[in-house]
Amino acid sequence: MIRRLAHVDRVGIEERAAELGTRSIKTTAKQQGIRLAVSMLDLTTLEGADTPGKVRHLCAKAVCPAPAMPEIPSVAAICVYPAQVAVAHEALAGTGVRTASVATGFPAGQVSLEAKLRDTADAVAAGADEIDMVISREAFLAGDDARVQHEIARIKDACGDAHLKVILETAELGSYEHVRHASMLAMEAGADFIKTSTGKASSGATPGVCLVMLEAIRDYADRSGRVVGFKAAGGVSTSKAALHRLVLVKETLGDDWLTPERFRIGASSVLNDLLLQYAKTETGRYGRSEDFSKE
Amino acid sequence: MSTETRTSIVWDYAPAPESTDHVRLAARYGLFIDGDFREPAAPRYEASVNPATEEPLAEVAWAGAEDVARAVDAARAAQPKWAALPELERAKYLFRIARLIQERARELAVVETLDGGKPVRESRDVDIPLAAAHFFHYAGWADKLRYGVNAREVAPLGVVGQIVPWNFPLLMAAWKLAPALACGNTAILKPAETTPLTALLLAEICREAELPPGVVSILPGDGETGAALVRAPGIDKIAFTGSTAVGRDIQAALAGRPVKLTLELGGKSANIVFEDAALDQAVEGIVNGIFFNQGHVCCAGSRLLVQESVLDEAVARLWRRMGRLRVGDPLDKNTDVGAINSAEQLQRIEALVAAGESEGAQRRTIACEVPERGYWFAPTLFTDVSPAHRIAVEEIFGPVVSVLSFRTQAEAIEKANNSRYGLAAGIWTDKGAKAFEVAAALRAGVVWQNTYNHFDPTAAFGGYKESGFGREGGPAGLRPYLQVVR
Repeated sequence: MIRRLAHVDRVGIEERAAELGTRSIKTTAKQQGIRLAVSMLDLTTLEGADTPGKVRHLCAKAVCPAPAMPEIPSVAAICVYPAQVAVAHEALAGTGVRTASVATGFPAGQVSLEAKLRDTADAVAAGADEIDMVISREAFLAGDDARVQHEIARIKDACGDAHLKVILETAELGSYEHVRHASMLAMEAGADFIKTSTGKASSGATPGVCLVMLEAIRDYADRSGRVVGFKAAGGVSTSKAALHRLVLVKETLGDDWLTPERFRIGASSVLNDLLLQYAKTETGRYGRSEDFSKE
Repeated sequence: MSTETRTSIVWDYAPAPESTDHVRLAARYGLFIDGDFREPAAPRYEASVNPATEEPLAEVAWAGAEDVARAVDAARAAQPKWAALPELERAKYLFRIARLIQERARELAVVETLDGGKPVRESRDVDIPLAAAHFFHYAGWADKLRYGVNAREVAPLGVVGQIVPWNFPLLMAAWKLAPALACGNTAILKPAETTPLTALLLAEICREAELPPGVVSILPGDGETGAALVRAPGIDKIAFTGSTAVGRDIQAALAGRPVKLTLELGGKSANIVFEDAALDQAVEGIVNGIFFNQGHVCCAGSRLLVQESVLDEAVARLWRRMGRLRVGDPLDKNTDVGAINSAEQLQRIEALVAAGESEGAQRRTIACEVPERGYWFAPTLFTDVSPAHRIAVEEIFGPVVSVLSFRTQAEAIEKANNSRYGLAAGIWTDKGAKAFEVAAALRAGVVWQNTYNHFDPTAAFGGYKESGFGREGGPAGLRPYLQVVR
């Protein structure tokens, strides 16, 4: 079947996305926005050097990001490689913070479907509540939409009760029209969330990419009645960037989407900047990065 | 922390008012004549009112015929020396004005918003930066004039009278003054009666830039002041931006006199959305086309032409998007749509909207809370509009868009051109060839492709038909202020 793309105008998308970055978020809106952003974080560590010790530290931080500021909520989830899922699952038991695992040959996804299914099943068996899979960019770029969707559907089956987030790795797709198309493929194939990036590519959740995906989610919900969530990951490293993403969600999908059930931010370093900015609204002074533990 | 408490965080933007502490408006402004503020011959002072609160901001002198004569004398006296300056020296003054506008950008943006009611986001991001950009652009032309008009020798016209409207007070002043001065003319500017304040701050800037006395005079006032300026002996050119009715009067008044004229008048510009457009971006363009500056834009995309195959979808998306517009305090940095400029303009909008309803078009107005005082009109959409309805023909100059449909490209062109105006048009399509084909067939001075209401000092702006004649911006904007000697 010949692929048919919906039109997306690059200039128009980027202008609108940038315009929403000029919303002035001050005083109580800033405090609430920061708390909301923290509650939506997928606090992430995806390194070859991740050890059980480091993961446990990060879990503690996820549950209680700033002991001195009890009004700061827990983050939504911890996101780790499959090998660390069991550790995270145990450390987070009973806290309400969920365990997410990347899977399917993350980040490149250049392994067989069997290996992807096995990867997914392992993570679920170890206690993952959420699976972050990558689409086959090689299939997508070769025009094989059917294989992209088939893989997503199979992984979704392998997830069982676990929620499936589908990573498009937008930096590798080449255009906003492809981003929109891939978003639709993923949603139609059963994604619970669509997610921008692995964090390992040259760019990530740029405002334009986020807006295109949010519009796709809105149109898909209109058409099918099914709600799909959105995860912005990659490059969201400051409070300003996080609040900008919240504005994009609020003004594209509405307040209904401003909950961790429907919107996540995948990041690691942004948490401490959020805490710094929050402390500043309380004390009136800028703090230092050493004021908060790194993990 | 449980999931319930997490999701209970409700998030809305807190009020984010731009501070006005740094703005120092005088209680009273005189007329700026011959390099300084002066008392009018017959003392008449009128309050300039904030349309968002109906509170007076400052008292402003209104010029009479005697004051106009005085300003013309000063301009005549100053003109030969100004024209004789080395071109680069003239450019330096314009560069200086441009930089002073940038230095005082925040103050100018706040005053523009206070005086006119437009959102500070727009005055901050559009009006003031573009005003500075126009001075920069024409400063660059001052020593290259002959290349702009392809002549061996050019000369200024002399003294020009310039009358600007209330919708972009400082920006329109910049559009008028920058090319006139670059070409070696001296100028008398009449700002609009409801929005004189930024022009008076521009007078301060001219003084600060040590512009020679008489090169620029600024005479606030109403239509009578404008009429006096048009009829004043010693004027070599009139440049007017405003309504078609007044433009006609001016042209009649100048008939048979050796006074050159350019007019930038009204519009009922067609914004054409084809079925192959990127629809969400088209919707943004529609919103920007008609709700930018509360629709107080002569080139506003007030006649929305949508291909019938995507009409319902486009209207549904537009209506949803309109629901997200934030209407209210123009000084709030998150406001998208501010106050209507004056009580008079509000009445005009209300009258035409009432006509639209009584003629059978379907009206939809977004629900929003607006302040009790001040002049407000919520963004409004009309569907089931026929080409013969008044709201499809007459300029509303407010946040009101009329939606019409078309079936084919030929019909789109025919409907777009079926207007007594011809100022601007928008084309939304993903097909480049189609866009160029349609643009070439449209009788409109400006055609935007996949965007709307984008302004740039390098681009010519002006009308066909009853939208006026003459161009402003870019090298084309030099011609109306020059004569070719050989």
